[in-house]
Amino acid sequence: MKFDEFNHLAGMEPVKELQKKSESKKAIRISGAEAIIHCLLEEGANLIYGYPGGAIMPVYDELYKFQDQLHHVLTRHEQGAIHAAQGYARVSGKVGVAMATSGPGATNLVTGLADAQIDSTPLVCITGQVPRHLLGSDAFQETDIIGISTPVTKWNYQVTKASEIPEIIAKAFYIARSGRPGPVLVDITKNAQFDSLDFTYTPCKGVRSYIPVPKADPKALQQAADLINQAKKPYIVFGQGVILGEAEAELKAFVEKTGIPAAWTILGLSAMDSDHPLNVGMVGMHGNYGPNVLTNECDLLLAIGMRFDDRVTGNLDTYAKQAKIIHMEIDPAEVDKNVKVDVALLGDARETLSRLLPLCEENSHESWLAEFRAKDREEYEAVIKNDLHPTKEGLTMGEVIAQINEASGHKAVIVTDVGQHQMVACRYSKFRQSKSSITSGGLGTMGFALPAAIGAKMGAMDREVVAVIGDGGYQMTIQELGTIFQTKAPVKIVVLNNDFLGMVRQWQELFFDKRYASTIMTNPDFVKIAEGYHIRARRVDNRAELAGAVAEMMASEEAYFLEVKVEKEDNVFPMIPSGASVSDIRLK
Amino acid sequence: MHTMENQWFTISVYSENHVGLLNRISGIFLKRHINIESLNVSKSEIEGISKFTIVVNTTENWTRHIVAQIEKQIEVIKAFYHTDEETIYQESALFKIASHLLFDERQIQNIIKESHAQIVTVSRDFFVLAKTGRRSEIDEMHDQLEPFGIMQFVRSGRIAVTKAEMPITALLAEFQQA
Repeated sequence: MKFDEFNHLAGMEPVKELQKKSESKKAIRISGAEAIIHCLLEEGANLIYGYPGGAIMPVYDELYKFQDQLHHVLTRHEQGAIHAAQGYARVSGKVGVAMATSGPGATNLVTGLADAQIDSTPLVCITGQVPRHLLGSDAFQETDIIGISTPVTKWNYQVTKASEIPEIIAKAFYIARSGRPGPVLVDITKNAQFDSLDFTYTPCKGVRSYIPVPKADPKALQQAADLINQAKKPYIVFGQGVILGEAEAELKAFVEKTGIPAAWTILGLSAMDSDHPLNVGMVGMHGNYGPNVLTNECDLLLAIGMRFDDRVTGNLDTYAKQAKIIHMEIDPAEVDKNVKVDVALLGDARETLSRLLPLCEENSHESWLAEFRAKDREEYEAVIKNDLHPTKEGLTMGEVIAQINEASGHKAVIVTDVGQHQMVACRYSKFRQSKSSITSGGLGTMGFALPAAIGAKMGAMDREVVAVIGDGGYQMTIQELGTIFQTKAPVKIVVLNNDFLGMVRQWQELFFDKRYASTIMTNPDFVKIAEGYHIRARRVDNRAELAGAVAEMMASEEAYFLEVKVEKEDNVFPMIPSGASVSDIRLK
Repeated sequence: MHTMENQWFTISVYSENHVGLLNRISGIFLKRHINIESLNVSKSEIEGISKFTIVVNTTENWTRHIVAQIEKQIEVIKAFYHTDEETIYQESALFKIASHLLFDERQIQNIIKESHAQIVTVSRDFFVLAKTGRRSEIDEMHDQLEPFGIMQFVRSGRIAVTKAEMPITALLAEFQQA
């Protein structure tokens, strides 16, 4: 019988204090490779993703010895490993760990590093490196991963001596998770893995040149409160900073006391109950109509843990020019980067919101809120009605998402890839719980969802995880079906198949006179492929079968693959054309 | 203000002395397609702390963004930017010239005197002049010597101190407390 890796994982205890060597401050003489394992356990990382190879073999040999305490998930590609670590980190709030060998193993991590960097995901990646004496000799599988990864990591470091390992790994975890989180890469030469050291572990508590959370200016807090109390049409746009700062309850309390309508960026999704009366929807290129148009009507814009990405702001010259702007932000480099603000509230969202709350008066903004509702009705008539209750024969992506919502009781974690399905999923998913939407926002990494869903399932064992993916992105990391098969991770996979690279096709239709250059996909039999990995699979191409198929998928205790053939040339609306103003968002 | 016009800025970065930090800092300029006009790295007034002096010609807006991104790097303690008016700055240059010219061309002796250059060494074949000053003074001296033939020329990056105080020691103390 095949080893049921996932259930083994589910039964694993969190890292026990007993396993921690730091309890006894007496040094033990061990190899660098073994020290790496102890460091991971000390940091509470008992689940890592990776792929072995020559320059990391001493560490894998130790992983073999420690397999009861530290579980390693073998992905089918290093990109799969890092995206899985990202999914794990995003759903759990813990640091994700990925491991790879030198050379191609390390370079295959780069897309995930860039994704984690731009979406502020805490990761520690450990790569093997050729021995110290071969550095720079173009040795087999040598690559300068420190040089390559520098622009896409929060921090990186090359360890060449075994004795450096405990301090550097402690520092790596500290930097990855503190302040604005991000990916850290530690490259460890093979000699440092083999050599011995006197191991003791001291968790990192600070780095003298690094201030993770900047101090807030008390005067700014009062200024912000005054602006909020005076505003007639205040408007909140929140982002992932609320989730990373675990400020969901504080945001809710703040919104309810001040009565300010609140919209979210794509990465802020699920930080606030979808059906909260003051949750007005999504901003951005394919966000909701009201939240975009009314950005240019508000008199105060309160940005919380978001960074004014160009996909959110559209043309900056016409973005919220009429409004006073308050920016709550943990990263000082984000303040005034894209949008000049009137008041900057530096610090972590939870603390800032808690300190701001008592300074703000109880209020309600009914007529202002009614403007959002009026725009919602316009959007419903022009877009949503057709997306969710189509009268034409072909299936829409929207109705599939609505069906998944319904069948999962709004409890599932939805992991999305990049493209039309992503926009539709984020527009129509309704969430009750934070950390429920996992997507590649800043980098737009196709191929993210399938491996990220594996990590998400392992990071939230008790939650249903549904990966919603397009037919294009699915094939970028389709090999991770092998990881699902091997681990038996009960991930639900929905491919919304329109046989097109849909988002690019949409742009070609709208802006390139329908010249469909290289966007038509001749796709394989996805059901057969899933079945090849012994994953239950089904294809649906009509409305009559949809509900039943989704119900069957949700009821499955094992992994399940569902391909839904959707309308081939549907477009996602509303849409702010690239470079246009948020006011000029199109409903068709 | 002239935040959208190109002008000269001297960026001063106080940092830990770590392998790879230069790469990390120069990458911030690379990402924005901005050329570094000159770069100097040395020890600073604080023991164990390095100082980068980077000169760019760009807008104040870009400079502010770049400085914010530099400061964000883990090993950077603090970064500042200043205009030329706010700094005292110098560059150094070395000129290697054939020795016979010193005797054959009277004008060269005048140039040396007028430019306050130092003769660093004289050998049978060549002599070396050192000149410290503003870029324009070095350029002027170069233009004057060029017709006679310069065997080698090199100029350092800008080094600068600011007229205003740089409270790095206080900052470091603050880091230590945090």
